[in-house]
Amino acid sequence: MTAARQPLLRVSGLQKLFPIRKGFLKRTVGHVRAVDGVNFHIDEGETLGLVGESGCGKTTTARCILRAIEPTAGEVFMRVADGSVVEVGKLRRAELRALRREMQMIFQDPFTSLNPRMTLLDLVGEPLLVHGLRSRREREERVADLLRRVGLRPEYMRRFPHAFSGGERQRIGIARALALHPRLVVADEPVSALDVSVQAQILNLLQDLQSELRLTYLFVAHDLSVVRHISNRVAVMYVGRMVELAGTEELFSRPKHPYTAALLSAVPEPDPRMRSQRIVLQGEVANPAAPPGGCYFHPRCPHAIEVCRTQAPTWQELSPGHFVGCHRAEELELPGVE
Amino acid sequence: MTGAGQPLLSVRNLKTYFTQDEGTVMAVDGVSFEMAPGATLGIVGESGCGKSITARSIMRIVDRPGRIVDGEIHFKRPAGGDGPGEVVDLATLEPNGALMRSIRGAEIALIFQEPMSSFSPVHTVGSQIIEAIQLHQPLGRQAARERAIEMLRRVGVSSPEERVDQLSNQLSGGLRQRAMIAMALSCEPTLLIADEPTTALDVTTQTQILDLMRRLQREDGMAIMLITHDLGVVAEMATDVVVMYLGRVVEQAPVDAIFHDPKHPYTRALLRSIPRIRSRTRERLTPIAGAVPHPYDRPTGCPFHPRCPEFMAGKCDRETPTLRSVGDHHAVSCFLYE
Repeated sequence: MTAARQPLLRVSGLQKLFPIRKGFLKRTVGHVRAVDGVNFHIDEGETLGLVGESGCGKTTTARCILRAIEPTAGEVFMRVADGSVVEVGKLRRAELRALRREMQMIFQDPFTSLNPRMTLLDLVGEPLLVHGLRSRREREERVADLLRRVGLRPEYMRRFPHAFSGGERQRIGIARALALHPRLVVADEPVSALDVSVQAQILNLLQDLQSELRLTYLFVAHDLSVVRHISNRVAVMYVGRMVELAGTEELFSRPKHPYTAALLSAVPEPDPRMRSQRIVLQGEVANPAAPPGGCYFHPRCPHAIEVCRTQAPTWQELSPGHFVGCHRAEELELPGVE
Repeated sequence: MTGAGQPLLSVRNLKTYFTQDEGTVMAVDGVSFEMAPGATLGIVGESGCGKSITARSIMRIVDRPGRIVDGEIHFKRPAGGDGPGEVVDLATLEPNGALMRSIRGAEIALIFQEPMSSFSPVHTVGSQIIEAIQLHQPLGRQAARERAIEMLRRVGVSSPEERVDQLSNQLSGGLRQRAMIAMALSCEPTLLIADEPTTALDVTTQTQILDLMRRLQREDGMAIMLITHDLGVVAEMATDVVVMYLGRVVEQAPVDAIFHDPKHPYTRALLRSIPRIRSRTRERLTPIAGAVPHPYDRPTGCPFHPRCPEFMAGKCDRETPTLRSVGDHHAVSCFLYE
């Protein structure tokens, strides 16, 4: 986006295991490997799309970054406002609280993520109050400004969320996330609960806010069409691991991982003349509590060979900025979308 | 919708209203369409457009206080032994009467969006399919069980002899949806109503289920009414499309005309607003202004007029347009074409 590309966020070896407890003594009998060795960075002002199917660990990754849950291993580095880099996992409570002003989250469901007993003023003003803006008049001014920014009328600030439609509620959630001038916004499926005609409004709003406020987005989604419209780069996850990461155009037109190619091919296109032969994957997503040996994708992969069954692929940079974890990445010719 | 022969289903001026203290919600307000035997009719629209209530009205399972207040639902029953099948008006039948019960589940079957909640969690999958079979067919328990296993095998459930004795929560979302389809098709319906059958599924699982539905339709020849908000799924599956908005049909046409020669401003706007996988990266979308109105705040005149770019003051907000033919099997409800 800008000439000087500086990572705002860097994630290294991130891992989150959830213990499986059984029996009377609640002994740990195994682990769900929700996130297992994830590496990436996000440059300042860019949008990284994080895609994958349910249970692939994309939301857990997002929550570990915000330290809403504690990762099992790995590091998360964030460049803060004064230019210094902090390791999010090493922060004490008070320091973490200060950092949270800089990283905010937008949630999927605008119907359950807003407290129904709070007015817009309270909802959007709450983060301001928590972070020390005591004057009610100043808070009201700031809330009015935020509501205007997200396309809501400030006169509505004494109303309750139930009076608003899904799209408007998502705008309220966005205003709340922006209240403290964050630099990183983690958006977890922000449009998937909305009507199709409203999705476009919210996606455009997120883009406008990004350029006005110089925001950096981690955009978590399962819908590849949506991701294409918002992301500069895209990362694909499968069963807790990252399988591919590249610039959006590159990833969509020249996928290097068979899973990415299958995902792209699976999206039904709103054009009956494009009905085409889809890559129909056999079987089901692997169980993250007992993943298969080797590459986790091999039982469903149409290109799997012997080495895929026995050895986990390494994460390699195939061309500048195009990372992939597949034994056969170099030789396979996979279909993308233009 | 094809001219030749008698339609399998003919819905005429259907009105299903919900009357409560707060007012009357006209969930379905004068809907008409026809389906030919073996066709796939896509019914698309956003939340509150009445697409699911239309389906539930046909099945006569509208929850109170909903009631069919007007209209006809002519369904051509399958020929029994000798002679052609009789045509019955489902709208006049007693919802729990013997005739409706012999049609529902046997001649018209329904699959829902939520494979999680459509099976009882305390009975095995098999026992529920067996119950459905024995309700409509004179088969003994063992024969019905064999039929259930055979159906599970047909829908691609591996080791069906074991799956038949499992509880639904032991199956993944994709397998549950397959089991649901097995149950729906066990009595060989001539009409399958699929209400958002893949919305809760991941995209690679969606591909499998759509593939399966197409194969079963080829083998059994049943007609499918596919209700969805996803224009991609409609383009992929449907032969004809009905577009609904706030309880009314705004446009209906063969699938190619809907996507390549849409007439109604809502259909056009909807097609412009959706994110597409074959778009330029980070391309801005063209949203539809506003949101779907609350059902108690139904606009006067054409229900789409407050959001319509072609709005004609004094006309669209005063009078209600009716569905008129604009071409080969193509009808639209808009004053632009009167």
